[in-house]
Amino acid sequence: MPDEMEILPAAGPIVQTAKDFKSDQMVRWCPGCGDFAILATVQKIMPTLGIPREKIAFVSGIGCSSRFPYYMNTYGFHSIHGRAPTVATGLKCANPDMQVWVVTGDGDGLSIGGNHLIHALRRNVDLKILLFNNRIYGLTKGQYSPTSEIGKKTKSSPMGTIDMPLNPMALALASEASFVARAVDTDLPFLGEVLTRAAHHKGSVFIEIFQNCIVFNDGAFEDVAAKEIREDKMMKVYHGKPMIFGAKKDKGIVLNGLEPEVVTFDPANPPKNLLIHDEKAPSATLANFLAHMAEPVPQGIFRSVERPMLHEMMDAQIDQAKKDKPANLQKLLNGPETWTVA
Amino acid sequence: MSDTSTQPKPNTLPIEEIESAVIRFAGDSGDGIQLTGMQFTTTTAFAGNDLSTFPDYPAEIRAPVGTTAGVSGFQIQFSSRQVLTPGDAPDVFVAMNPAALKANIHDVKKGGMILVNKDTFNAGNLKKAGYEVNPLEDGSLSEFRVIPVELGRLTRNALDGMGLTATETERCKNFFALGMMYWLYDRPMSATLKWIETKFKKNPKYVEANHKALHAGNAYAETAEIFGHHFRVNKAPIKPGLYRNITGNEATALGFIAASVAAGRPLWYGSYPITPASDVLHELSKNKNFGVKTFQAEDEIAAIGSAIGAAFAGHLALTGTSGPGVALKAEAIGLAVMTELPLVILNVQRGGPSTGLPTKTEQADLFQALYGRNGECPAIVVAAATPGDCFTMAYEASRLAVKYMTPVFLLTDGYLANGSEPWLIPDASKLAPFDKVALPPVGDFKLYKRDPETMARPWVAPGTPGYEHRLGGIEKQDVTGNISYDPDNHERMVRLRAAKVNKAAQDIPPLEVLGAKKGKVLVIGWGGTYGAITAGVQNLQKAGKSVSSVHLRNLNPLPPDLGDIMANFDHVVVPELNMGQLLKVIRAKYLVPATGLNKIKGQPFKVTEIEAGIDAILKGDK
Repeated sequence: MPDEMEILPAAGPIVQTAKDFKSDQMVRWCPGCGDFAILATVQKIMPTLGIPREKIAFVSGIGCSSRFPYYMNTYGFHSIHGRAPTVATGLKCANPDMQVWVVTGDGDGLSIGGNHLIHALRRNVDLKILLFNNRIYGLTKGQYSPTSEIGKKTKSSPMGTIDMPLNPMALALASEASFVARAVDTDLPFLGEVLTRAAHHKGSVFIEIFQNCIVFNDGAFEDVAAKEIREDKMMKVYHGKPMIFGAKKDKGIVLNGLEPEVVTFDPANPPKNLLIHDEKAPSATLANFLAHMAEPVPQGIFRSVERPMLHEMMDAQIDQAKKDKPANLQKLLNGPETWTVA
Repeated sequence: MSDTSTQPKPNTLPIEEIESAVIRFAGDSGDGIQLTGMQFTTTTAFAGNDLSTFPDYPAEIRAPVGTTAGVSGFQIQFSSRQVLTPGDAPDVFVAMNPAALKANIHDVKKGGMILVNKDTFNAGNLKKAGYEVNPLEDGSLSEFRVIPVELGRLTRNALDGMGLTATETERCKNFFALGMMYWLYDRPMSATLKWIETKFKKNPKYVEANHKALHAGNAYAETAEIFGHHFRVNKAPIKPGLYRNITGNEATALGFIAASVAAGRPLWYGSYPITPASDVLHELSKNKNFGVKTFQAEDEIAAIGSAIGAAFAGHLALTGTSGPGVALKAEAIGLAVMTELPLVILNVQRGGPSTGLPTKTEQADLFQALYGRNGECPAIVVAAATPGDCFTMAYEASRLAVKYMTPVFLLTDGYLANGSEPWLIPDASKLAPFDKVALPPVGDFKLYKRDPETMARPWVAPGTPGYEHRLGGIEKQDVTGNISYDPDNHERMVRLRAAKVNKAAQDIPPLEVLGAKKGKVLVIGWGGTYGAITAGVQNLQKAGKSVSSVHLRNLNPLPPDLGDIMANFDHVVVPELNMGQLLKVIRAKYLVPATGLNKIKGQPFKVTEIEAGIDAILKGDK
C-alpha cells in the first residue's frame, strides 16, 4: 500500500476506542447480514481518525443499511427515502467542522435518491457516501433493485427482471465524485483501508460496498467475492502499482485496443506492459476503464483527486461579501431609496 | 374625470385636484411595461401619495409579439387618502399595442382615458390581436376618451440624429409614454432621470436617449395639449416616518434576514427556482454579507432536505417555493414535524392545481399547508396580509419555528409577492427578541424532554460534546427520543405534537376588529385579500351598513379570541380566492353557518366584488 493508505495515529489527546462509537441501541439486522461487518469496520477505524465523536455525523435514508446511524454513538440522522445526501449537504455546509458520512443502499441511493446522489457528488460536498449494494430491496422483503442482474427472479419479477441494471461506479465517476472506490463486506482489512483513506479525503466520497443479503439475495456477489475464488475473480488496485491479481499473483491487465486483456505470467518476472493504476489522473478515463471491467472485478480506490469543496466555496463567497459590504441591517431595510413623511 | 380640454389656455394648462387615480400600463412583455410601472411608482411615492401596485404578466418570457398571450400589465392606484388596493378599474389606460387594448379594455372605467400607441394599430398587429376592424375607427371605444399617439414616430423624431439603431430607438418609447404620464399627473421627472443615469452608467448614449425620450414625451403632452388639462393628487396623510417602496417578495427576504440577525443564527435558504417565489431566492443570494447561505438545489425535495440538515446543524433554516413545490416537499415536512426541528416553509401561492396559472394569484393552498401530509402532521401556519406585512410575518414565522421547534408555513401569494406598497421602515434595533433557551446539563439531557412553557424539545447542534444523539422519522419514544413502536406511546406522541403546535396560540395578539364589535355581518379574511376586504368593508360602513371585519394572519392555531368575536354577529362571511378553504375550517371548528364569498380567476378581488357579496347577504339574497 502507498503511504497515505496507512492508518494514521489519533491526533492529540483524544483517546477513543471502538466501544466509544457504539450506541446503546440493539443492532437489528438479520443474523449473518453483511451490514454487521461493515458496522464493525467503521467502528474500528473511527478511533484512528483523531476526530472526537461529537464532530462526526452519520446520515441515512431508508432501507436496511439506513438504520446504521442508530448504532453509532455520534450525531446521526435517519432521514427519508433517498434524501440523505440533501440533509447531509445542509449539515456539512452549515457546520463544516463536522465529518459527515452518508449510509445508503442500491435502492435508496440509486433509485429513489439517484438525483440527489449525482448532485452531491458533482458539487463536491465533503461527504463520505457509503453505498451498500446488495442488488435487492431488503426492507420491503425482496423486490429487484436498480443493480439487480437482468433476468433476476424476485417477488416483483417472477419471470425475471427486464430492467438494465446500472453501474454505480460509472455513475459516480460521471457525476465527478472526487473519490470513487469499491470494497467488499467480507474482506474487512481491505474495507478498513479504503474507509480510512475515504475519511481523510477532502471532498465527495463514493464507495460501493458489495454486501450480502442473507435473506433475500443470499450470495449476491458469490460469483466473484466468495472467499475461495475472490483472489482470482477480483483485482485490488493500488495507486502507482501494476494491475496484478490472482491467488498466485500471476495475472495482470494489459491494454488491447481500448479493452482490458488478462495476461498470465511468472510472478517473478511480470511483463513490462502491465497497466499501472493512477488514481490521481486528471482525467477519469482510467477510472472508467476500471468501472466497466467485468473480469476481474476491480476493487480499491479508482479515483482520488482534489478540487474545491462546496462548503469552502460557500464560505469564501460569504467572506468576500462581508469584506465588500459589511452587514448593516438597518441599511438593508432602508434599501436604495427612501423618503420621509413628516 | 371632467373634460376641460375645450377651454383654451395657451401657456399654463389648468390643473385639477383629484383624490385618487388608477392607471394601468400594458403592452408586449418586451415593451418594458414593468419597468415603466415601477418608475411611475417610485415617483408617486416620493410625491407623498399612498399607493398600491399590481403587476400582471404572462407566464411566457416572450410570448409571440403582438398577441394577447404576451400582454404584460402594471396597475397602480395612488391617492391623497389611504390606499388599500391597486384599484378596481383604471381611470387611465396606456395601451402599447392592439393586443394590450384587447386584453384590458373590459377593465377600464367607462368614461376613462385610453392612451394608445397608434403606430402599432396596423393590419398585422390588429390581426394578431384578433381584431377584424381597427377599434380606433369602428366606434367600439365610444364609451372611452381615446387619445391616439404615434409613440413610435414621435420617439424616432426625438432621437433623430443620435445614431441609434431602430431597435434601440424603439426601446425608448416607453419612456416617451412615461414622460406624458408625468405631465398628466404633474409629477417631477427627477427620480426617473436619476434612475436612468444609474442604470445606463456604462452606456452614456442610452442615458441621453432615454432622457430625451422622457423629456420629449413630457413636452409633447404639454405643447400638443392633447390632454387639455392635468391632474394633481396631493400628499396622503401617512403616518410620519421613513418610507421605502417594497414588494412582498423583497419584504419576505428582509424579514428572514432580520430574523437571522435577531436569532444570532446564520440563515440557510434551500430553494429550487419557481414562479412566483424565485425573487426571494434572488434577494437572499444578494445578501451573503449577512452570512446568508443560499442553496439552489437540484429539486424541491433537496431544497427542503438541505434546510432540514441545516436546521439540525443549528441554522435558521428556510425553504421557499410555490404550491407545486410544497407538494413535492410534503414527506420532508413530515420528517421535520417528527424530528421537531425548526423550519420555515414559504409558499408564494399561485393558481393551481398542477402547473395551473404560474403567474397568477390564488389562495388555494391553505388546506395543503394545514393537512397536506401523511399521518397526523400538524404545523404552524401564518399568512401575510400586504406586501409590507410579508416582512412582519416572515420574521414571526421564523420566531415561532425556533420557539416551538416546529415547521411553520408562511403563506403569501403572487399578488403580494409582486405587488408593492410604501413601507414604514422598522427600527432594526426594536425587533421582537428571539427567546434563548439554555441547554440542560449533560446528565439531564433527554432528546424529547419538553420545555414546560413551549413543549419544545432541546435544540442541540452537532459538534456539542456529550449530547450526541440520533434523529429520525420513525416514531419516537416520549422523553428519550429512541425508536418506539409502542401503541400507547404513539398515541401520546401524536397528541403531544398537536398540543405543542396549539401552544403557539399564546403568541397570537388579540384580533383587531374593523368596525363595531357587534352587528349583522362579520367578514373574516386571510392573506392577500386584506386590502380589498378592508376597502370594501370601509365603503359599506360609510354607507351605514352593519358590517365589521377581522383579518387572520394566524391560521393554525387560530387566534383564541376568534370564536368570541364571531358570537356577536348574525352572519359570518369568508371571502377567499379559492372554493372556501378557511370557510370549511371555521365551520368545522366553531360550528357556525358561515358563508363563503369566492373567486377563482387567478385575479385578486375587486373592492366592488367584496361590497356586492356582503350587500347580498345583508339583503338576505343569499
